[in-house]
Amino acid sequence: MRAVGIILAGGNNNRMRELTTRRAIAAMPIAGSYRAIDFALSNMSNSHIQKVAVLTQYNARSLNEHLNSSKWWDFGRKQGGLYVFTPTITADNGYWYRGTADAICQNLDFLKRCHEPYVIITSGDAVYKMDYNKVLEYHIEKRADITVVCKELDPGEDASRFGTLKLDESMRIEEYEEKPMVANSSLISTGIYIIRRRLLIDLIERCAEEERYDFVTDILIRYKNLKKMYGYKIKDYWSNISTVDAYYRTNMDFLKPEVRNYFFRECPEIYSKVSDLPPAKYNPGSAVKNSLVASGSIINGTVENSILFKKTFVGNNCVIKNSIILNDVYLGDNTYIENCIVESRDTIRANTRHVGENGVKVVMEKNERYAL
Amino acid sequence: MRKKEMIAMLLAGGQGSRLGVLTAKVAKPAVAFGGKYRIIDFPLSNCINSGIDTVGVLTQYQPLRLNTHIGIGIPWDLDRNFGGVTILPPYEKSSNSEWYTGTANAIYQNLDYMETFNPDYVLILSGDHIYKMDYEVMLDYHKENHADVTIAAMPVPMEEASRFGIVITDNGGKISEFQEKPATPKSNLASMGIYIFSWPVLKEALLALKDEPGCDFGKHIIPYCHEKGERLFAYEFNGYWKDVGTLGSYWEANMELIDIIPEFNLYEEFWKIYTNSEILPPQYISGQSVIERSLIGNGSEVYGEVRNSIVGSGVTIGEGAVVRDSIIMKDVKIGKGCVIDRAIIAENCEIGDNVTLGIGSDVPNKLKPAIYSFGLVTIGENSVVPGGVQVGKNTAISGVTSRDDYPNGVLESGETLIKAGGRA
Repeated sequence: MRAVGIILAGGNNNRMRELTTRRAIAAMPIAGSYRAIDFALSNMSNSHIQKVAVLTQYNARSLNEHLNSSKWWDFGRKQGGLYVFTPTITADNGYWYRGTADAICQNLDFLKRCHEPYVIITSGDAVYKMDYNKVLEYHIEKRADITVVCKELDPGEDASRFGTLKLDESMRIEEYEEKPMVANSSLISTGIYIIRRRLLIDLIERCAEEERYDFVTDILIRYKNLKKMYGYKIKDYWSNISTVDAYYRTNMDFLKPEVRNYFFRECPEIYSKVSDLPPAKYNPGSAVKNSLVASGSIINGTVENSILFKKTFVGNNCVIKNSIILNDVYLGDNTYIENCIVESRDTIRANTRHVGENGVKVVMEKNERYAL
Repeated sequence: MRKKEMIAMLLAGGQGSRLGVLTAKVAKPAVAFGGKYRIIDFPLSNCINSGIDTVGVLTQYQPLRLNTHIGIGIPWDLDRNFGGVTILPPYEKSSNSEWYTGTANAIYQNLDYMETFNPDYVLILSGDHIYKMDYEVMLDYHKENHADVTIAAMPVPMEEASRFGIVITDNGGKISEFQEKPATPKSNLASMGIYIFSWPVLKEALLALKDEPGCDFGKHIIPYCHEKGERLFAYEFNGYWKDVGTLGSYWEANMELIDIIPEFNLYEEFWKIYTNSEILPPQYISGQSVIERSLIGNGSEVYGEVRNSIVGSGVTIGEGAVVRDSIIMKDVKIGKGCVIDRAIIAENCEIGDNVTLGIGSDVPNKLKPAIYSFGLVTIGENSVVPGGVQVGKNTAISGVTSRDDYPNGVLESGETLIKAGGRA
């Protein structure tokens, strides 16, 4: 294989509000049965990349649990496989990852020992399907130093939480701004990069000497005119989940038939860790409309336009509307939930009412679970 | 020498011919159950949950599905460096080559396999029952009694006892007598086909009876041990145990899972049942759907109505379709406007639009009245039923059928329709 993969999964983001107090963004549950990092991992696996490093830092317990075996993504190999790198104290370094470039820098030995000529860098918090080999071919054809995968945002979408780009006719990157206050381009970076391994090692080492730590501002933007950087535009579905609203919308997108077919029915498929859960059970009184229901759920009430993740229990006379119920939630009888995201492993007592009035409400009750 | 205290030998080679077209192409232990499981998942999960990590699975009849399902045993954590799961098909030997001619003969032909693990005890299981059982507790009982053979037995209603192999015990559980399907049973303790043997006793018996034609545990080995004066004990089991040998009992056992709190509960954290789960997306329930008292598998899309049914993974149920009291296995496509009553539809079938299954009167099946009864419509795997046809009760369909196979668009009650071919 011609490339190794690096998945940056260390991040936290305060725009995820309460949701990331429990876990890193890369471990956020998506679409009923998946977690955010499954998309990047499956893309790597489906692109026949045999060696993938996941760099984690912030609250990685949940992520590590998800990655406890690499066999679900076909990475349980003698040759290559999945490597999870958390910061460690070494003889000459006692810092956490101070940025994305520093994260790679602290694991530079991994890259130095590889023999693959290219590196694919991606983030663990985006929902998309991609054959990285196509981008790699483009990268080689353009004789690029670095290729940045980018996407045109729909009109009206806010580009200011992304890196924005402007390309010339040859697709070379002319302008590159990171999270601009006022975006003057709707073309955004998806955080997927291809770069020659030798060049990456070189840039990262130079960056470290200058005590710079961020891959985007200290490498991409700084070397923009010195190195040949090209944009690779994608038109397929791509969504980043790093704010509560984006997370909610991305999940709700799966209720649309075209998105569902694209991810659920069309090849290649997305892999995830399988859990040993029985099929979902619909008891008398259940009324489910336009919803996704994951395995292990038991439903006694009404569910509309919602996503129930694994092992959701919906009590009698409950009404759930336009909401996302994360893994292993118990909803007591007569609960009313609308426009909410209910945190995983939560227990909602009977007769509770939660409505997201202005936007989505994150529900996080810390009730004890009674044994069922 | 490395050793295992107890290893399990799981008999999974039987056809299960009473399941009709369901087992035309797969062995009975590989038949789907409860939406996402296969029958063999229950004994295999029991093994690992009981701490038995060495299981030999004896296959013979149509083993492909079983082999792919078990693989190297990952879903049951039976992928081990020493032990784990091993598939044991019949094989050619230098002196004689034969199929497995009986349950004990199959075990006899794999003496070498058992010898590798130097076991103290061997557990004999069959792959066609639905139950949760801790074999370790049974082993404790075996040790406590200094038994040579322990037979798991459960009380059955006295009037049904004549259908089973009956054991008669003294107060301490020691077996004094056997009756095979007796007209006048002396006890209601029925053998469940689960045995623990002390290894030397089993080995001696298998070698002594190696030339017995069709050597069988119930018919030959157990009576031999009994006559020899070995200590035989009955281990009474009072939990849920279901033989799913007939279409009626198979259908019934599936339906029992739908109860609000089923006697056989798959949702308990304790004693989980493991299976080779495909990685599948969640199920989608559309805005027009009505679902009540049903289990629905992952990756299914429901646009119609489902009541009192078990629906497997990856199933599509079209708009306006009504499915009642039925078992739909994985990857089945049910067209728009179908009405399906009391049907068992095996894997990967395609039912055209506006098909009606299960109409008319309860006429016995003409070809195999003992198999296709209970008023069920049974459709074998990879079958195709064309749009617009009507199918009566106690019927069986297999293969790619076309409009011409249904006189006036109807397959009357009691008919059997077996055609060649199958959906890819």
